[in-house]
Amino acid sequence: MNLSKRRAGVAAIGCIAGLSLVLAACGGDDDDSANGTAAAENGDDADDTDTDPDEDDTDGADDPGDCAAYEQYGDLSGTTVHVYTSIVAPEDLAHIESYKPFEECTGATINYEGSGEFEAQLTVRVRGGNAPDIAYFPQPGLLETVVQDTGSVQSLAGTLAEEYTDLHFAEEWKELGTVDGTFYASPIGANVKSFVWYSPSMFADAGYEIPETWDEMLTLSDQIVADGNGKPWCAGIGSGDATGWPATDWMEDVMLRMHGPDVYDQWMNHDIPFNDPQVAEVLAAVGDILKNDDYVNGGLGDVRSIAATEFQAGGLPILDGNCWMHRQASFYQVNFTEAGATVAPDGDVYAFYLPPMGDDFGNPVLGGGEFAAAFDDRPEVQAFQAFLASPEWANLKAIEGNWISANTGLDLENVDTEINRLSVEILQDPETIFRFDASDLMPGEVGAGSFWTEMTNWIANDKPDDEVLDAIESSWPQ
Amino acid sequence: MTTTPTPPVVPADTAAIPRQLTAAERRAAAARAKLSSPWASAVAIVIALVWTIPTIGLLVSSFRPQQSINTSGWWTWFTNPEFTFANYDEVLFGARESFSTYFINSIVITLPAVVIPITLALLAAYAFAWIDFKGRDILFVAVFALQIVPLQVALIPLMQQYVRWEIAGSFWTVWLSHSIFALPLATFLLHNFMKDIPPSLVEAARVDGAGHVKIFFRVLLPLLVPAIAAFGIFQFLWVWNDLLVALTFAGGTPNVAPLTARLAELAGSRGEAWHLLTAGAFVAMIVPLVVFLALQRYFVRGLLSGGVKG
Repeated sequence: MNLSKRRAGVAAIGCIAGLSLVLAACGGDDDDSANGTAAAENGDDADDTDTDPDEDDTDGADDPGDCAAYEQYGDLSGTTVHVYTSIVAPEDLAHIESYKPFEECTGATINYEGSGEFEAQLTVRVRGGNAPDIAYFPQPGLLETVVQDTGSVQSLAGTLAEEYTDLHFAEEWKELGTVDGTFYASPIGANVKSFVWYSPSMFADAGYEIPETWDEMLTLSDQIVADGNGKPWCAGIGSGDATGWPATDWMEDVMLRMHGPDVYDQWMNHDIPFNDPQVAEVLAAVGDILKNDDYVNGGLGDVRSIAATEFQAGGLPILDGNCWMHRQASFYQVNFTEAGATVAPDGDVYAFYLPPMGDDFGNPVLGGGEFAAAFDDRPEVQAFQAFLASPEWANLKAIEGNWISANTGLDLENVDTEINRLSVEILQDPETIFRFDASDLMPGEVGAGSFWTEMTNWIANDKPDDEVLDAIESSWPQ
Repeated sequence: MTTTPTPPVVPADTAAIPRQLTAAERRAAAARAKLSSPWASAVAIVIALVWTIPTIGLLVSSFRPQQSINTSGWWTWFTNPEFTFANYDEVLFGARESFSTYFINSIVITLPAVVIPITLALLAAYAFAWIDFKGRDILFVAVFALQIVPLQVALIPLMQQYVRWEIAGSFWTVWLSHSIFALPLATFLLHNFMKDIPPSLVEAARVDGAGHVKIFFRVLLPLLVPAIAAFGIFQFLWVWNDLLVALTFAGGTPNVAPLTARLAELAGSRGEAWHLLTAGAFVAMIVPLVVFLALQRYFVRGLLSGGVKG
C-alpha cells in the first residue's frame, strides 16, 4: 500500500511539474507510448546537450514526466547500486548523467566507478569478495572467463532485464551475453567498425567518388598514387599492451566480405584452422593494402611505421591532407573532434561504409559493444539492470552524445552525430549481417594474445603470411 | 663526517668518544678523492644531462598545444616555440571531480601510511637491536624474509579479510596494506641503523638509570633522525606513486581514489586525450619533488650511514 501510494504521489507531481512535456505519459502505463513521448521530447534538446552537459543535467533530472516509465521498478529509496566499468573520464560523465532520471524516480543511488585497470581489477575484486553490483564488460570473451572462473555472475533468466533484451535487441546480441546456454549479460552500447574515414573536401577537390565496391576502392587507391597525391592509406596499430588489434579488425572485416558470415563463425570458433587457405586469402588481401609501400603510410612513413604509430594518431594525417583513407571504427570520431576537426558529411572528415567485395554476402558489418552483468540479485540491482536494457536508457544515454546502442527502441532523433546516426541505421536494419569483433570472442591466448602480436610482427618485421598464420594456429589452446 | 651523523642533541658526557679511522673510512676517503677528479665530474655531468633530457621533454611538451603534441616531437619546440596553459587547465579543472579532491585523497592516504609503519618499525627495531630475548635472531630473519613475498600474492587474501571486517573501500584498507607491506623493510633498515649506534652509549645510559623508554626517546631517537627521514622519503614516494594497492583496496571512486588513479585514466577510455599526460605528470610530481628536496640532506646521509658501516 505504502509503496503504491508513494508511486501515485510521484506520478501526480510528475504530471503537474511536467505539464508542458508529457501529458500522455501520465495517463498510460503502456511502456511504448511513454518511451515514444520521452524520446520525442528529449529529441528537441539533443542538439545543445552534447555541447553542454551541465545544462542537460538540469533538464534531465528535473524532468519528472519520465517517471511513469520507472514505476515498474518500484520504490528503491535508500538503496545503492555500485557500477564498475572500464569507461573513464571524460566519457564517464555521460553515463552518470544518463542515470539521473532513474535515480530521481526510484530514489536509488547509482555509484559509478570507472577504471582503466578494469579487466585486471574485476577478477581481484570478485575473488576478494568485494564484487561490484554491476560490471560493464567491454567484450563477451571476458564475460565468459569471469563466469567460468568465479561463478559469481548472476543469471538473468526470468528477470525483467531478459524480457527487455528479448524485446529490444536482435537475437544475436542476446546470444553474445549468453555463456553455456545461460543468459548473463544484457547488451548496452555498441559501435560499428566497418568504416573508412576520409576528408570530404579533399575527395571533392580531387574529383574522387566514394567507392561502392572493394575493387573500386583499390582502383581509387591506385588512382591517388598515379595522380601523385601521396599515399592513399594511413594506419596505426599501436595500443600499449594491445598493440596489433586494429590490424585484427582489418582481417575480420575482410573475412566477412570475402567469405561471408558462416566462414567467419567457423574461423572464430576454430572449426577451420587459423592457417586455412581461406584465412590466408584474407590476410593476403589485407596485405595488399597495409603492406603495400605505395599505399601506406600516408603522412607517417613506410609500412613499418604502422606498427610504431599509436592507433589514436593513425587517422590524423587525413586532417593535414597527407592521407586519404583510414579504416577505423565509429568511435574514432572522438579522436578527430579532440584534434579540433568537425565530423560531418560537409565537415573536415567523415566516413564511408567499408565497401563489400561482392554481392554474395550483402553488406556485412563488423562491430563491438559492451554488456552489463550483475554480481548481486538485490531488487535495486535487478531494477537497474533492467533499466540498462530499456529503450528509456538507450535514449537518455544517446542524448548525452557520442554513443549508440543496438537497442531497437533507440530513436534516431536522439543520436547526436551523422556518423552515429549512420551506425544506428546500420545496426537497426534487419537486413544487416552483424558480426561481433572475432578477436574479442576467440580464446584470450589468441584474441588478446598471439593474434595481436603476430599481426604486429607481420607489419613491423615483415614476417611472411604463412608463418604468421602458423604461429597463431599453434597458439590456439587445445 | 661520512659515517655516523653528528647527533643534533647529544648528552654532554657521551659527546666526546675517541675515534680512529676504520678501514672502511679510509676506503671511503680514497673513493672520495678519486670521485672528485675533474674527469669524474665531467662524466657525472654528462650522465645527469642525459638522464634529465626525457624530463625536459615532458616539461616542454606539457606547455605545447594539443595539435603540436599529437603531430610532432617536443624537440621541434626549439625551432617553433609555442606556449599554452591549456593542458594544465584541462588537467586541473576539466574533469567532473576537481584535481584537488584526488590531491587531498593522496595526502590523506600517504601520511598515515608513512607514519604507521615507521612508528611500529622503530619499536620493533629497538626490540631486535637492544633487548635480548629468546629466538630473537630467528624472528628477525623471519621478518626480513617476509620482504621477498611479493605483495601481489597478498592482494586477494587481504581483500577477503577486509570484506570480513567490513572496511573494504575505506582509507583504512590502504593504510593497513601499505603498513603491512612496508614493515619488513622498515624494521630491517631501522634495526641496522640502531645496531650501528655504539653499545657503550646505551650501556652508559643504562648505568645512569635509564629504562627502555628513556633510552629509546632520549638516546636513540635523536641519533636516528637521518635514518627515519631516509626511510620516510622512501615510503612517502612509494605510497604517493602507488596505483595498485589503492586501486585494489580503495577503488577508483572520487571519495577515496588517489592522484595516481586519476592520472591513470587521464588519457580517456580510448587514449584520445593522452596529450594531457605530460601536464598531469608534472602536477603529480610537485609534492614528491618538494618533499625530496626538503629532506634530501637526510636521504643522502641516511644512505651513506647504512652503506659504509659494516
